[in-house]
Amino acid sequence: MDIFMEYFWAFLIGGLLCAVGQILIDLTKLTPARILTSYVVAGVILGAIGIYEPLIELAGGGATVPLTGFGSLLSKGVREAVDQYGLLGAFMGGFTSAAVGISAAIFFGLIAALIFKPGTKINE
Amino acid sequence: MNISNQEYGELAKRVSPPSSMTKTIPMAFVIGGAICVLGEALLNMYQALGFDRDNAGALTSMTLIFLSALLTGLKLYDRIAQFAGAGTLVPITGFANSVVSPALDFKTEGFVLGLGAKMFTIAGPVIVYGISASIIYGIIYYIFKVLNGYV
Amino acid sequence: MAMREGKTFRYSNASILSYASVAGKIESEGPYGDEFDEIIEDNKGGTETFEQAEGLFQQKALQHAMDKAELTADQTDLVFAGDLLNQCTSSSYGLKDLYIPFLGIFGACSTFAEGLLLAGAMVNAGYVDNAAAVTSSHFSSAERQFRFPLNYGGVRTPTAQWTATASGAAIVSAAQKPPFIRAATVGKIEDMGISDLNNMGAAMAGAAYDTILRHFRHMGTSPESYDLIITGDLGQVGTDMLCELFKRDGIDIEKKHKDCGLLLYDREKQDVHAGGSGCGCSAAMMCGHFLKHVENGDLKRILYAATGALMSPTMVQQGGNIPGISHAVEITFN
Repeated sequence: MDIFMEYFWAFLIGGLLCAVGQILIDLTKLTPARILTSYVVAGVILGAIGIYEPLIELAGGGATVPLTGFGSLLSKGVREAVDQYGLLGAFMGGFTSAAVGISAAIFFGLIAALIFKPGTKINE
Repeated sequence: MNISNQEYGELAKRVSPPSSMTKTIPMAFVIGGAICVLGEALLNMYQALGFDRDNAGALTSMTLIFLSALLTGLKLYDRIAQFAGAGTLVPITGFANSVVSPALDFKTEGFVLGLGAKMFTIAGPVIVYGISASIIYGIIYYIFKVLNGYV
Repeated sequence: MAMREGKTFRYSNASILSYASVAGKIESEGPYGDEFDEIIEDNKGGTETFEQAEGLFQQKALQHAMDKAELTADQTDLVFAGDLLNQCTSSSYGLKDLYIPFLGIFGACSTFAEGLLLAGAMVNAGYVDNAAAVTSSHFSSAERQFRFPLNYGGVRTPTAQWTATASGAAIVSAAQKPPFIRAATVGKIEDMGISDLNNMGAAMAGAAYDTILRHFRHMGTSPESYDLIITGDLGQVGTDMLCELFKRDGIDIEKKHKDCGLLLYDREKQDVHAGGSGCGCSAAMMCGHFLKHVENGDLKRILYAATGALMSPTMVQQGGNIPGISHAVEITFN
């Protein structure tokens, strides 16, 4: 695929997924934590019914970077683990596939919290 | 009070300014899209360095999470988020921000009960429901396989 | 002795002896920035945490007020203090070293009016020679307790208010000189069915309307009787609602009405959305600005109706609403 089109699709799909989140915030007063949770669960479902994989093929980072991508990663991990280990795999695949993301967030979070001082928002 | 709660609620709705969606949605689109383009660029870079697609994807997530942790520590992430809205919330960087910010904030209450215990106050539900949904899918997928005679 | 008239107390012998305010950096950049007695630029005030800093704000505000009244802590008979944090943290920890007989009070952002009316009542009744009222709020400590971590990129909606980093203190004694405390109406808890954490103004406007209306009725007054009717921190949304509610009764309050939440910041330049809020907001505006103008006679008669959202995050998560309250204190030059 043409390199320009590749980045175009990443921008468009990624941007659209974020715009949908913004519409939800503006219209439904859903709190940010609920949006994050819904996105991950939606990603699991879309991944499970096979809709998300083609989107990743098309948009690359535009589909994997939003949290729906994290959800689809969970479903992919579970599917592979069930194929390999049977029912036990249902309890393995999610964390295996999410391992890098969660570990990185914990570790970098810890380091950042140790290095930086708690601070204030804009204006101050 | 000489006004019913219903009437009062309607009055509240009438005078409350709505979010200016003509501004918030394009901002979310552009900044969210830009973070995804950065992700795509990182993905290509790691693949060019010889990693396979899955590992390049993992490294991309790791890099974005690192950048988000750094920007959160520098108190820049929440500033960008004021303009970006869901554009900085929905990408994986938003997840990282939701882990790093309480850790940083509750450091004053101690390393164990503050930083450690509060780290997942916002992101916790994401993991609880994400992992649970994946387990349910795994069980359904397994039953489906059994019924179709694959196992 | 004070006479009770309905639910409005009348005071015959209470005046505000001294008052002082302390504010943070962004409050000092607002339109009334140079009227506060002390500005603490560092939002931790040299302490370790925001909670400790808020206590310091409160201690300094009270110290300034005592200095102006030429009272030592030993000579101060009683203090009513409150803030937004659980267990009145800033009040208890901030004032503990002063050893002044202490009564902690909570009325959310209405607390300063509550303190003033209680201090006035104790003095008027003759139980004490003087009594102080002090309240504070701090943006960062409130944000941590009620909303999200400070560096979390959660979005604030346009109806959200900005908790002021400020404190105000007043010392009430037997009537000597203006400003005099003439009357006070204790608010009732009004649950108007509002449950949006980002729209406190709407939750409080009903309570302000009820209290102010009852005060008018008991005193036989109308908006025209006052130079100003000052509400606590309704912000833009609550202010619009209050005016609308009075309009339904054919009363025009708009010309006389000022809201501390809309005054403390320059909303054009400072990104505070619907305006300021917090126990420190109206306390600092009263002690920094309005009381001065009553003392020198620019304002002859004002009605100060501070408003509070009695919000419990637990109850809101359980599906409850945000009840509001408003206490009114009438302050005069004569």
